[in-house]
Amino acid sequence: MIWIDTILQGVLLGGLYALFAAGLSLVFGIMRLVNLAHGDLIVLAAFVILIIMSSLGLGPFMAALIAAPIMFAVGWALQTYVLNRVLGDDILPPLLVTFGLSVVIQNGLLEVFSADSQKLSAGSIEAQSLTLGPVAVGVMPLLTLVMAVVVILALNYLFFHTALGRAFRATSDDAVTAGLMGVRPDNIFAIATGLAMVVATISALFLGIRANFDPSIGPARLLYAFEAVIIGGLGSLWGTLVGGIIIGIAQALGAAINPAWQILAGHLAFVLILLFRPRGLFPRAND
Amino acid sequence: MTILALKSVSKSFGALKVTNDVTLEVERGEALGIIGPNGAGKSTLFNLITGNLKPDAGTVEFDGRDVTRVTAMDRVRAGIGRSFQIPQPFTHLSVYENLLVAAQFGGNLHRSEAAHFCVDIIERTGLLQVIEEPAGGLPLLQRKRLELARAMATSPRLILLDEIAGGLTDAECGDLVRTIKGIHRHGTTIIWIEHVLHALTSVVDRLAVLNFGKMLMVGGVNAVMNSPEVKEIYLGIEV
Repeated sequence: MIWIDTILQGVLLGGLYALFAAGLSLVFGIMRLVNLAHGDLIVLAAFVILIIMSSLGLGPFMAALIAAPIMFAVGWALQTYVLNRVLGDDILPPLLVTFGLSVVIQNGLLEVFSADSQKLSAGSIEAQSLTLGPVAVGVMPLLTLVMAVVVILALNYLFFHTALGRAFRATSDDAVTAGLMGVRPDNIFAIATGLAMVVATISALFLGIRANFDPSIGPARLLYAFEAVIIGGLGSLWGTLVGGIIIGIAQALGAAINPAWQILAGHLAFVLILLFRPRGLFPRAND
Repeated sequence: MTILALKSVSKSFGALKVTNDVTLEVERGEALGIIGPNGAGKSTLFNLITGNLKPDAGTVEFDGRDVTRVTAMDRVRAGIGRSFQIPQPFTHLSVYENLLVAAQFGGNLHRSEAAHFCVDIIERTGLLQVIEEPAGGLPLLQRKRLELARAMATSPRLILLDEIAGGLTDAECGDLVRTIKGIHRHGTTIIWIEHVLHALTSVVDRLAVLNFGKMLMVGGVNAVMNSPEVKEIYLGIEV
């Protein structure tokens, strides 16, 4: 029975990793940009929620609602004023810029908030659980997985049923031709990064409620997100969810065997899947 | 009334003058063909008209307005549509979605208007059978039709067709010519670069001949085709 419980906890943890990864996948899918600062931007969003909570006396969920448009603006500005200037045929410049950005965000947060661990306190909901047959499921982990599914459903709806989504996909296919059809690729990229930051804010909310965070934890979140995206197959959001869940289950099983093996087990699962499916589980047909 | 005027337009790539002091006027509702040997600068001329390239000298006027420094995107919105020599559909989008993008962003249409408009174009261009198919999987003729359809979806007043009949069978070519004639009848001005001369001359009113970046002559179809200069330079026939 303990194994069923462990796997279930892994699936729920996977929801959080899928949330980390969805923003990364969105940006990569549209502009082939690997944002190495994605993890740090999630941590930044967590601190923004924290500031709003303490200054306005709000709970984390309300604070995240206010933080989301702020982070959208951060993403939009970041893309418009920094990343659009380095996007091109060469993938190295944007990679270097986002790497630099990661260092700047980490050290900026360290300067302002110190290295102390923080947490977003959500009150009694954190300790609540539901009994599903033989196993108990925490409400917050369940909510995290549900939110991951909701975010992916919403992004899929946006991608396949709206004019903006068609512009995203057209720009992803061929930005130059999209420009000749009246789409403004720079603007599309800025909106995409803004949306990715809204998803980052949602993941920051659940990260901050579930666990402690401090300015240094961004790169590890990026790594989990990156692994989830690669396992799922680049460009597939549902694949990203599956990738997140696989890493979550591997970590939970590793931790059940020996707590020191949690992180290692996740990385091993990633390597194993890459060995057998180098293009991930659900690759796009012609990428 | 003139819809497009190129005035002494020049463009060089390094030492090579690809467009050399070209002056050309196109009347509203006209169908103009552009011919010339490979490397004559025909596609470059299109790129100068659409704004993909900026001229080194000279001006481009569209509808009485100087658009020389206007971006390609804004020229699409102003009413210059274009199909590519090598079809460049959005491969992951369906045929219908390809047109919707062009109609909503290039043609500034709302969703409901755009839907009717695009289905109408899809019917007129014979793509109804493949309306939901991903564009990446279409055969050449369908891709060429999609190029034409997508350019039309931007609601152009001037449409530039770049070797759209190349690589097609005679029957396919005949179908395409009928479609293009239909577009012309609707009042859209057409400039068409084409090597398939029988297709071209069955549609256009005038021909312009480019050679080594220079505008050799512009005139009626018969006058140009019978000109000894054109026969020698373009068709390679000693007269």
